[in-house]
Amino acid sequence: MTLEKDPLNLIIAGVGGQGNILASQIVATAGIKEGLYVTVGETYGASQRGGPVMSHIRFSAQAQCGPLIPEGEADIIVGLEPIEALRIIADFGNSRTRVIVSPRPIYPIWVLSGQAKYPPVEEVLQKLGELVAEVRVVKVIQEGETGLAVNVVIVGALAGSGMLPIALQNFEDSIREIFAPKDLDLNLKTFRKGVELTGRKAVATTLVKARRRQ
Amino acid sequence: MVTIELNQPGKTVLMMGDEAIARGAIEAGVDFCASYPGTPATEIPESLARVADRFNIYVEWSTNEIVAFEAATAASLAGLRALVAMKQNGVNVCSDFLMTVNLAGTNGGLVLVAADDPSAISSSNEQDSRNYARYADLPLLEPADFQEAKEMTKWAFELSEKLGLPCILRSVTRISHSRGNVKLGELPEKKRTAKFEGVYISGAFVAAQHAALHQKLEQAREEFEASRFNFYVGPKKAKFVIVTSGSGWLYSREAVAALGLEGKVGILKIGTTWPLPEKFIIDHLKNVTEVFVVEEVDPFLEQNLKILLAEQAKTLGPIEVYGAKSGHRPPYGELNRDKVTTALASIKGLQPRTRDEKYIEKAKEALTYIPPRMPTFCTGCPHRASLWAIKSALKLDGRDGFVTGDIGCYSIGAGPAGFFQLKTIHCMGGGIGLANGFGKLEKFAFNQPVIAVCGDSTFYHASIPALINARVNNSNVLMVVLDNGGTAMTGFQPHPGSGFDALGRPAPTVEIENICKAIGVEVRVRDPFEISQAVQDIYDMLQENGPRVMVFRRRCFRIEAKEKLQKKYYVDQTKCIGDDCGCARFCSRVFNCPGIIWDQDAQRAKIDEMVCTGCGVCATLCPRGAIIVRGAAS
Repeated sequence: MTLEKDPLNLIIAGVGGQGNILASQIVATAGIKEGLYVTVGETYGASQRGGPVMSHIRFSAQAQCGPLIPEGEADIIVGLEPIEALRIIADFGNSRTRVIVSPRPIYPIWVLSGQAKYPPVEEVLQKLGELVAEVRVVKVIQEGETGLAVNVVIVGALAGSGMLPIALQNFEDSIREIFAPKDLDLNLKTFRKGVELTGRKAVATTLVKARRRQ
Repeated sequence: MVTIELNQPGKTVLMMGDEAIARGAIEAGVDFCASYPGTPATEIPESLARVADRFNIYVEWSTNEIVAFEAATAASLAGLRALVAMKQNGVNVCSDFLMTVNLAGTNGGLVLVAADDPSAISSSNEQDSRNYARYADLPLLEPADFQEAKEMTKWAFELSEKLGLPCILRSVTRISHSRGNVKLGELPEKKRTAKFEGVYISGAFVAAQHAALHQKLEQAREEFEASRFNFYVGPKKAKFVIVTSGSGWLYSREAVAALGLEGKVGILKIGTTWPLPEKFIIDHLKNVTEVFVVEEVDPFLEQNLKILLAEQAKTLGPIEVYGAKSGHRPPYGELNRDKVTTALASIKGLQPRTRDEKYIEKAKEALTYIPPRMPTFCTGCPHRASLWAIKSALKLDGRDGFVTGDIGCYSIGAGPAGFFQLKTIHCMGGGIGLANGFGKLEKFAFNQPVIAVCGDSTFYHASIPALINARVNNSNVLMVVLDNGGTAMTGFQPHPGSGFDALGRPAPTVEIENICKAIGVEVRVRDPFEISQAVQDIYDMLQENGPRVMVFRRRCFRIEAKEKLQKKYYVDQTKCIGDDCGCARFCSRVFNCPGIIWDQDAQRAKIDEMVCTGCGVCATLCPRGAIIVRGAAS
């Protein structure tokens, strides 16, 4: 098996408590089921308590990669939170990077305390759009629907987008392996909802066209 | 299904480095595991605890690392295979025993996993524990990827048994806490029974024992010469070779590829880094004129290699060594591919491919537009209330009192989350130890009250001797134990006060207040959520002399939430008067709980029900009584 780009580098960015580690585990296990070498580098520990959390996931058909993505070499960025997606572009993004992002903000402590402003989400998405090739905004939670886990919906959206060379079946098998039987049905349902959001029949997806860089 | 128990030899699965180490231990037929939690080593014992019944392994969370190491050594002396895992600071705690067990020797396989944390991602220091191997004359293995983490652990047990010595396996955060491909091996049939025989005394004939230890080390070197964990990749007659170990291996391979140097630069990857496999290294450096040593933190491999090259100068001729000393790699902070690429390019006089400057500038401009995100206490965290009570009481007291800190979630109380209250942080138990000394300075006109805070797990781990010391020397210190019912920072592992063991079974408890009473110090137990009482008590205790202990007891809401339904709170925006209140937006700005947000449209406070855990402390503190329990009469 060969990859169009090897290694293929994915970052999942979010905030402590959003289930970033679980999301990366589902995606990486699916990659292994696809027959790839997968390396996941995670930053947590002290940062678990409301700090930014980032997972680096690297796929290769050739060899095990190092756990950290080199600067500017993220091919895909999945943002569980809009400013966290934008925050990592300076270090890891490039003009060919593709982004899938949940627009629901989680306010940092300095914003809550009124000492810093959280910019309007549309502007954050606009800035992202100016820096990368493609931004897909996935509205994870509709009004009155709070039971869905953002991380699993977004993994579904990533699977549905076709950005990764991994079959949907391998994602579902990965979820079956990771979740306890009592949580399996809800999570499969949640995952499939995410797939619908970016899959071919997607209706609720907003596409922010990239401005072509000069 | 827990991946590490899969009985499917040959199957490739995704495993965290720590899980791979645990699986390696299972494949080696490990019988006994004792540890104290510490990032990034915690998941090793946790993984073994999950499958303890199935594989008949005894797993415990010990009170601290030296007790864990001693307990595991007992299992080894009785002929069993035992593993002990800890973060780098833990190795310091158990080093006293390490420096004697090396002389007295072991029986069944005994493996000490030292998980270092380059860049101190979750630590209070950045030490390189490999030095302990050289210091204690013990064999050292450094896994470079996930498969090796499993294979090396398995081999470490065999090696330990062959040598009659503990074997040190040094991992780092990027191995322990990263995940990757691991091909599973066979699960063994275990038939060992425990029986103690023989004599293991360090100190009877120390010089003779030390001589025997050096012989064992030579035996380890012989084993290492043929180890499959040492290998060379690259062109046959390379003049330039990277010598690397541990996490440096994957970064080096990518750096060589990034610069297109595969045909020119070889990589000599060493997995057995103490004692060095000298013949193997000499064989691979025969035609070499330049060496770049790639490793994390201390120049451990670099210095040992330089000694070898000096000894072999006649055979090998002059070899230029690049590394930490030459300034091509910093002897601190973690490595990555870019750091290795930059260094390699500079040595070889190449220009590495760089990013578009204009792009970086534009992306950095976007950074100025978004607010920073600091780690904070969770919503409903008892530490916020406890530190608020301490801050308020110290202010009321007015004698410029201060807080000595310790290791745990509450460490972030040194920042805005804890109102900048913690003024010192060192090692486990360091807070009360320091406070002991401050409390004896009255002879020198010192009149500031001192409060030592420590967590419940930290209390048992390393604070008791210092408290006894405070009692017998009558030191003026107020110790505040922030008892949240578990080892929260590392993921809620039990401690002696928790009432359950590593496998979740009921266990006897040792009460903090009973220990304090036995020591003979005054002790009060309060709920920090009863905030005005808490402030009053701390204030009162600050007026007394001698050692005193306040136990602020309130379970971590993450443990609590599993047990009962939480209350729902909301802000009555007709009662909240926003900026007119005179409270300076107390709830959202001063108390800093992420569950209270500022409603820009209404210019009033608001509860984020998605994050609020219903602790209710803000409701007590709000001057207008505008924060209300849903369903309660207003």
